[in-house]
Amino acid sequence: MFGYYLDLALRSLRRNRMLTALMVLAIAVGIGASMTTLTVMHLLSGDPLPGRSATLFYPQVDPDPDPRHQHLPYDVMDYRSATDLWSAHRADAQALIAHASLKLIAPGINLPPLMARTLSTTADFFPMFAVPFRYGGGWSAQDDASRARVAVISSDLNNRLFGGADSVGRTLRLKGADVRIVGVLAPWRPSPQFYDVAGGRFSEGQTASFYGKTEEVFAPFTTVQDIAGDGFDLFTCWATPQGHQQVSPCAWVALWVQLGSPSKASGYARFVADYAAQQKALGRIGRADNTQLRGLMEWLDFNRAVPRDVRLQTWLAFGFLLICLFNTIGLLLAKFLRRSGEIGVRRALGASRAAVFAQCVVEAGMVGLLGGIGGWLLTLLGLWLVRRQPTEYADLVHMDVAMFLTTFVLAIAASLLAGLLPALRASRLAPGLQLKTL
Amino acid sequence: MQIKPVLAALRRHRLATLLIAMEIALACAVLCNACFLIANRLQLTRINSGIDEASLATLVLTGYDPASAADLNARVLDGLRKIPGVQSASVINAVPFGNHAGTAGITLDQAGQKAGGVVDFFVGGPGSFEALGLRVVQGRAPTAADLQPVVDFVPKDAAVLVTRALAAHLWPGVDPLGKEFWCLTWHFRVIGVVDHLARPGGGEGGPDTVEWSVFAPGLPGKNLAGTYLLRAPPGRLDQVLRDARTRIARMAPDAVLDTSASQTLGTLRDRYFRDDRAMVGMLAGVIAALLLVTALGIVGLASFWVQQRRRQIGVRRALGATRADILRYFQTENFLIVSFGIGLGMVLAFGLNLALMSQYELPRLPLYYLPIGALVLWGLGQLAVLAPALRAASVPPVVATRSV
Repeated sequence: MFGYYLDLALRSLRRNRMLTALMVLAIAVGIGASMTTLTVMHLLSGDPLPGRSATLFYPQVDPDPDPRHQHLPYDVMDYRSATDLWSAHRADAQALIAHASLKLIAPGINLPPLMARTLSTTADFFPMFAVPFRYGGGWSAQDDASRARVAVISSDLNNRLFGGADSVGRTLRLKGADVRIVGVLAPWRPSPQFYDVAGGRFSEGQTASFYGKTEEVFAPFTTVQDIAGDGFDLFTCWATPQGHQQVSPCAWVALWVQLGSPSKASGYARFVADYAAQQKALGRIGRADNTQLRGLMEWLDFNRAVPRDVRLQTWLAFGFLLICLFNTIGLLLAKFLRRSGEIGVRRALGASRAAVFAQCVVEAGMVGLLGGIGGWLLTLLGLWLVRRQPTEYADLVHMDVAMFLTTFVLAIAASLLAGLLPALRASRLAPGLQLKTL
Repeated sequence: MQIKPVLAALRRHRLATLLIAMEIALACAVLCNACFLIANRLQLTRINSGIDEASLATLVLTGYDPASAADLNARVLDGLRKIPGVQSASVINAVPFGNHAGTAGITLDQAGQKAGGVVDFFVGGPGSFEALGLRVVQGRAPTAADLQPVVDFVPKDAAVLVTRALAAHLWPGVDPLGKEFWCLTWHFRVIGVVDHLARPGGGEGGPDTVEWSVFAPGLPGKNLAGTYLLRAPPGRLDQVLRDARTRIARMAPDAVLDTSASQTLGTLRDRYFRDDRAMVGMLAGVIAALLLVTALGIVGLASFWVQQRRRQIGVRRALGATRADILRYFQTENFLIVSFGIGLGMVLAFGLNLALMSQYELPRLPLYYLPIGALVLWGLGQLAVLAPALRAASVPPVVATRSV
């Protein structure tokens, strides 16, 4: 019977091409707009480390010495708290994160010096976040301890300086100090750059910078302290900065930990709270209850990582799809009622109401399929337009398999939904009345 | 024109009527809010920065040794002033629409109890205040005697100028001249008020805080170096900037030029509002597509109705109705449906606006958007139904006598 319904559907669609074209166009435009924005939303709000994100956590300790200040803990910690927590080695793996911009010269390469964004971290960073390498590998824990002058560079920097060749073993001059390259990353664009996400709730929704390219140079935290001294980027200071950054009242070091099970996570949360209580007893910090341990996805949500405009555009596109749906319902109704004579004949020949209903729904599904094809093409156009915008995440945007399937599922589901009411109406036509006026 | 026959006929086609009305209602809600969003974003892009943007450009140097900052300043300023066309070159810490330099929270009392909000500090060397072209509305501009060395990011005990908006926020209704405020151990005294001065990129607190800026004169040195302000006649500004960028390598071989931040103020402003403009473009596209889809829907459904009622139209024509009568009938019918839809749409528009207000910090929809939306949709409906109505009007009376 399904083949028969398909045949009838195709005939009916071909009979009135104008109406069919209108319906398919309406659905295609609605699906195109919705899927473009949904794809961007899916890419920006997705899990940057599927499979691992449940084991990654972000501890926060409030380093403010004044207990009267009532605020959430700062997004990053001060030097003492972060390094104390890291030195305790209570987690399965842990990585300190600090940022600096250092002048980079490649000896022997005839290029002007450039300011390289440097991520100062520890050896666990690379295995913890499954960072892909093209040449070489990360450094070891001994390198961290011995303040070895080693570095890992990004794929972009390797292309720029060395033309993409294997540069492991070559030296770079970072702010006057020579470092040896031990690894070159493969092209790596986590979406978002979750290890750098901080301060998102103060950005008024303009968080596109969280989706930019990775840093150019990765070096051990201890090494960069030797090289850059006080040159680290500060997140905020709660008092007049004075003295070395290590003792200054400023927050600039973050810590990511890997905890394999929920029991380990709650144990670590208790450890952080105990540490804060101990520091309060020592008089260094003001509040012991202001600690946090958030999971990766929770931290991204807390920072509202997805830009506000992207969210708004997604809702707008779905509102537009709803309007297109109503349009389709009306046009389908017109199409079915136009064939009331033919439906009357079919009913008189013995077709049940359910059969008529089923045939009309199949026709609606056919329209949805054609609309889905058109919508997919329009989505590709829309994504091409998004890629041409000069935003940080523009080059991340492409259609993947999940979104491709979603396009068709959405189109067919939407048109089936749209076709229910007209099909019901068509199946309830009194056959006698239609046959009389034939 | 009699409404009752139209209504009676519509009552027989309840479903289709309801569909068009719902479509119009949704279109009205989205249209009003989208237009409001466009107006909102465009208003954001038109903020008055308070400076002579057409004559100003900035150069940003990084990667130099802080110990030799004074020497760097001297070399660079000397070199910049030699470029043909340059009216003035001075040191400044930040420019509107550029990168942040001195964002800090201020308090109205020394003990730090009364918070004043988070403001941006502009610290400029000699000549920078005049180069910016700020308009002083109260008090006086800074003089050479006000210049003080910069401690960390701003002079320790400074005579400053605030913007009108900041003065109104900190001391509402009171003369701000002579008033003091603090930031931790830094102390500031207001000597003048400028009309407008936009802060560098964004900031906490929302769009009302865009002009919370403070200008403090400071002596160039270790803590005030690297960013330079160039002033040139508007026609020559691009050439001057190009010359400066090529010559900077000779002036300061030890420093790295930040090419993306070293632009004219006009370029920085365009870049700053790039996202807003893109949003406006997208919204305009959605509105156009929406109106098109709605119009096509009305055309499709109206054509169907006309075809369904051919016999009735033929009978009416045979009984003496003119073509104009038939045309007017269909247009009145469309007007009634669209009105019903608009009535529903007003409620939906407000509902949608409330949702957007809570999620996206949008202000409340002003009432005058609703009549505008209504007029647009009425016009659209009438235009869309014109073609099917004309086809209905051309139905000949002889159709009434035929049985097929």
